[in-house]
Amino acid sequence: MSELSRNEGASADASNAPLLRIERLALSLPEGADRLYAVDNINYELNAGEILCVVGESGSGKSMTANAVMGLLPQGVNVAQGRALFHGQDVLALSEIEHRELRGQRIGMIFQEPMTALNPLMRVGEQIAEVFEAHGLLTSKARRERALALLEEVRLPDPQAALRAYPFELSGGQRQRVMIAMALALEPELLIADEPTTALDVTTQAQILHLVKDLQTRRGMAVMFITHDFGVVAEIADRVCVMRMGKIVEMGEARDVLERPQHDYTRALIEAIPGDAVPPTRDAGDTKPLLSVSGLDKVYRSSGGWFQPKREVVALDGIEFSLGRGETLGIVGESGSGKSTLGRCIVGLNTPDSGEISLNGVDLRALEGRELREHRQRIQMVFQDPYASLNPRIKVGMAIAQGPIANGVPKARALEQARELLATVGLDASAAERFPHEFSGGQRQRIGIARALALDPELIVADEAVSALDVSIQAQVLALLDRLKQELELSLLFITHDLRVAAQICDRLIVMQKGRIVEHGSAREIFLSPQHAYTRELLEAIPGRQDRRETAPAAVGAI
Amino acid sequence: MNFFKRFAQNRGALVGLIILALVVLLALLAPFLYPDSPWRMVQRPFLAPGEIAGFPLGTDTMGRDVAAGLAHGAWVSLLIGLISTVVALAIGVPLGALAGYFGGKIDDALMRFTEFFQTIPNFALAIVLVAILEPSTVSIVLAIAIVSWPPVARLVRGEFLSIKHREYVEAARLVGQTHRDIIIKQILPNTLSPVIVLASLMVATAILLESSLSFLGLGDPDTMSWGYMIGAARTVMRQAWWLSVIPGVAILLTVLALNLVGEGLDDALNPQLARAR
Repeated sequence: MSELSRNEGASADASNAPLLRIERLALSLPEGADRLYAVDNINYELNAGEILCVVGESGSGKSMTANAVMGLLPQGVNVAQGRALFHGQDVLALSEIEHRELRGQRIGMIFQEPMTALNPLMRVGEQIAEVFEAHGLLTSKARRERALALLEEVRLPDPQAALRAYPFELSGGQRQRVMIAMALALEPELLIADEPTTALDVTTQAQILHLVKDLQTRRGMAVMFITHDFGVVAEIADRVCVMRMGKIVEMGEARDVLERPQHDYTRALIEAIPGDAVPPTRDAGDTKPLLSVSGLDKVYRSSGGWFQPKREVVALDGIEFSLGRGETLGIVGESGSGKSTLGRCIVGLNTPDSGEISLNGVDLRALEGRELREHRQRIQMVFQDPYASLNPRIKVGMAIAQGPIANGVPKARALEQARELLATVGLDASAAERFPHEFSGGQRQRIGIARALALDPELIVADEAVSALDVSIQAQVLALLDRLKQELELSLLFITHDLRVAAQICDRLIVMQKGRIVEHGSAREIFLSPQHAYTRELLEAIPGRQDRRETAPAAVGAI
Repeated sequence: MNFFKRFAQNRGALVGLIILALVVLLALLAPFLYPDSPWRMVQRPFLAPGEIAGFPLGTDTMGRDVAAGLAHGAWVSLLIGLISTVVALAIGVPLGALAGYFGGKIDDALMRFTEFFQTIPNFALAIVLVAILEPSTVSIVLAIAIVSWPPVARLVRGEFLSIKHREYVEAARLVGQTHRDIIIKQILPNTLSPVIVLASLMVATAILLESSLSFLGLGDPDTMSWGYMIGAARTVMRQAWWLSVIPGVAILLTVLALNLVGEGLDDALNPQLARAR
């Protein structure tokens, strides 16, 4: 086997050797998994000073190779064959102690979730110093100085203060910067970044991508950047490696792959990104407003303890808008902008401090008891997390039928309706007899939509309904929502942080920042001529946008 | 499903289950193996185990058959352990559920009430209760239940606090389900696994409590129990050590078995945690 691989790699050996070379690597999954190998016979190389993006959807095995190189394979996953040569040395054959030398010192890693990757009980400075301590380097004073220098290098606003801060005192983007500082501490030659921007807002994501690119150029590192987002690829990659079901389907220079994708799957992935984002003009629905909201205020107050001052966070500040029948209104903003609070106030999960929410001209805030319940049913919600939004112990059919049952529909009929609804959202009617854990994320989201439809609502509030899904699934769910909206004459309030998604489905947009509406208008207007500085910032932060503007705009109608 | 398979992966739990099955069998067969009252004097006192055929565990200070006492005592111990646990759950689960679900003032009131019971030492309260109510099986069950429900309430409250903000619960609120339906159908089934584990451990604690009460002479005077046997034999510990040790080992094995089973249930009900070990 090694004979073979040597022959294959011979051509590359002639020039300068790559920093990392994966040869014929296969990782076996434990028995009972959906396939035999997590990655199956893959080969790729990473040269010094190069950014390689490994792209794939969840379950494609894109992170597994990186984990194998770091010696962090989960239990049950084993190396079945192949080598991973780092400077010509097979890292898969190293002992745990030898691996530890490699980790941190020569290969650094950044993880997806900056909150859980940092120890919540340790100050940031100590955590960075710990990296040197673990490898027995420097004196404690020198460690502090290096930590400060690193925080300056990753451009934290106040490095001195950040050194003494606990992770919870920093924002998501700042935490990710700290993670990068830690990964860079020992000046690794290779940085592995596993979806480092997925949990971040668009503008923060753009900053972090910029930072990674900048550090890579300055230090001449190699970066393996694992992502599911082709927008990110366009932003930073030198080369791309597209993975699907454990196999590499396409590999090449970033520009080539983006502009002339060879494989159907790559093409589908690139098309699934609603990238260049000029929404088509849509009919401006019925002019009679279904929902109108005015003067909505909401302030979150934490009561404060003996030594803590009271804290007030303004979530909503004088929100005013209306939504026509059959219209899709997008509410866009970053985390903390109050967009979710707004959605929750409208469906009635939160109570606003003041203001008016009226549906069909009836003020919901003035209603009580049974009347309120009846009106509330006209507004239903699709939730963000497909894994948390279905009760694991209730069968799918029952989960959909429980709304009608609670409102007096006989059980047998409600269950019959549930089966019909499952068919409407594109699932088999037999799904009703199964439990939620038997379904994938996209299927669960369809079930969530069916549940929202069960009460025959007029308005559906979708709170980040597709942000937890893979791009290709996202497109399917969005298409489903769009179809249902037209067939059932629904109005849709679509809350999202992702302007690309908003562009795909919304007629009108509202841009929120810090609890206020900073801009509103038709989706097309906002994308073509944003008025507010914040909207422009949001639009510019969309990864891959500029790149795609240069090339010919693809048709968006293809959803 | 493969629930039992996951349970059986924990060897200790399997051993615990076997021991427990044997104890239950012994309890069930007691009336057939020893149809006579275990209080009857059948031989001369202080027979060592095996000294005379037909009395494998010997006789006690009054000449009663130790083996018969052990068999009948198993019945009493298990019954009191089970019933008092059921009663404790019947108090603790609803209180915890209401406190966790509604929060605010209701939570405050119910939790202060719970803490009132938690601040008094368990055993002291149990002794006082039995002494006031006069020792009988019912009063012992009540006393044990009253001292052991607070942890149930706190556990259930905690589970409710975390689950009530899940999206599926919010979805149930949006479709107009009543509070009662949400508590019973949506949240409660998802809190059951830790409660089942806790309950199996509570049975063990209840058996210990009952034995301790009987040891102090606060047991039901009409029923033979393991605790009573140890209590009665403690004055003759030097002459006939086996009279204390035999029922002592019985208690030890039963409580150990219940704990092992509880741990096995924990593994089987939380497969993610079990695999991580």
